Amino acid sequence: MNRRSSAQVHGWLLLLPAAVLLVAFTHYPAGATLWTSFYSTAKPHRPSAFAGLENYREMANDPVFWQSLVNNAWFAIGTIPVSIALALLMAVWVNGKLRGQGFLRLAYFTPTVLPMIAVANIWLFFYTPQYGLLEQVTGLFGLPSHNWLGSRGTALACLIVVTIWKEAGFFMIFYLAALQSIPPNLYEAASLEGASRWAVFRRITFPLLMPTTLFVLVNAVINSFRLVDHIVVMTRGGPDNTTSLLLYYIYEVGFKFWDAGYASALTMVLLVLLASAAVLQFGFLERRIHYR
Amino acid sequence: MSRAYELRGAPLALETFGAWLLALLWVLPLAYALWTAFHPAEFSARFELTAPLTLENFRNAWEAAPFARYFVNTILLVTLILAAQLVLCTLAAYAFARYDFPGRDLAFALVLVQLMIMPDVLIVENYRTMSRLGILDSTLAIALPYMASAFGVFLLRQTFKTIPKELDEAARVEGASALQVLWRVYVPLAKPVYVAYALVSVSYHWNNFLWPIIVTNTVNSRPLTVGLQVFSSTDQGIDWSIICAATLMTSAPLLVAFLLFQRQFVQSFMRAGIR
Repeated sequence: MNRRSSAQVHGWLLLLPAAVLLVAFTHYPAGATLWTSFYSTAKPHRPSAFAGLENYREMANDPVFWQSLVNNAWFAIGTIPVSIALALLMAVWVNGKLRGQGFLRLAYFTPTVLPMIAVANIWLFFYTPQYGLLEQVTGLFGLPSHNWLGSRGTALACLIVVTIWKEAGFFMIFYLAALQSIPPNLYEAASLEGASRWAVFRRITFPLLMPTTLFVLVNAVINSFRLVDHIVVMTRGGPDNTTSLLLYYIYEVGFKFWDAGYASALTMVLLVLLASAAVLQFGFLERRIHYR
Repeated sequence: MSRAYELRGAPLALETFGAWLLALLWVLPLAYALWTAFHPAEFSARFELTAPLTLENFRNAWEAAPFARYFVNTILLVTLILAAQLVLCTLAAYAFARYDFPGRDLAFALVLVQLMIMPDVLIVENYRTMSRLGILDSTLAIALPYMASAFGVFLLRQTFKTIPKELDEAARVEGASALQVLWRVYVPLAKPVYVAYALVSVSYHWNNFLWPIIVTNTVNSRPLTVGLQVFSSTDQGIDWSIICAATLMTSAPLLVAFLLFQRQFVQSFMRAGIR
């Protein structure tokens, strides 16, 4: 064997262990999901059988699926812009020379390292009717008692608040890194021109942060489809499915109703949504190369 | 920001006030949990400075559920995942960074697929796989889907690529094998990246919940997050002081590590996040 082909074999050998696991737990299940989605789920006296598009037809007629999708859209709209805006604001503050900078960074970032399941318990207590902190505060202002997590109108908003609280500090980190890499001479030039602070932010800082914003945006979109831990703790999708998100519904169908065929069809929708996000990011990565 | 744009006077005071207000709002839920956990139940929603401090809630929580076992399970889990990730990702990243083999670029693109389609969403099929392998309800079953991490491969490949090839060649001239070069040249030079990756991985898997709750159903394999959920949803009714104590207990190791190594944590998340 010559040197070149032995190097090729070495390359593949080094890759092999990771490749086997990746194929087994990412590529195979993605393909198998599509396959399973065309089959009915086995029942005690009826084995699994090819059902064509039956699961998809069921999905189209399933109001809970559509509601989960709509909820997911509202969840995304509610969490993404606010957490990105807050993250940027936090980064600017932490990067500036404000008093107590260390404490600020600590306060903003701490929710990121805590388990979602743990903070969901804390927030559950926070929202508790009658003696949760929120009720105590609204009570001080003489407002009537309200079951925040138990009402159709406010339950999803409560989850959105928790998610923003958990995510903003994480996104702040990326903005902080980007802010620190902006060359200071740009600001010096702007000050010679007599530009205002706001003009500098709008014309220099913000455009230079654009790649970071896109990166954070893609991550935020993925998270809005992936984060369901707090739903399990706080609402279990209720009341009346108003807080059921797509992945949570998949979890219910797959592991409470044990309907693997239908859960696979639902998963396909999620995979298509995530793949679209991937296409978006690829477009962005391509563009980012031109920045260099 | 350069000196010309440093805030002074009233605007500085205003922004400082805003920043502090937001920060206080941000620590409020945690402060609330701390208050509740360290005071007797009757003070769980009454804020009096004279309220007596107590560790009773922590003792009750610790005795009410097998938290010691959950801690052991979680520590085993994060160790197993991290060890496997470090080895597998290092080997794969080295292949991608320094070897030229047919299908390399395609293989790399296939690895990157996992960045978007994470094991977190493939729960239905992966559960069937674990069931077929007969390893449901084990630490291995929780760990397997995460062992080959596209993120780790990507991060290390980028790092390895910045290491001068001359170092590699010099070591080979001295007769070192490929794996020896990897171990003696590449791994030591990538140490900060390994630390960053390890911190991110450990905090991710310490906190992971959905997949573990699906594949585990006994005390033998349940990690802390699942244990906490089982504890607070069934065993406890609504004794918030005990639930808060349990909640803080499960997050404590990460929280303490974060408070001690704050700078490293933030830098690691920065380094690992910006790919």
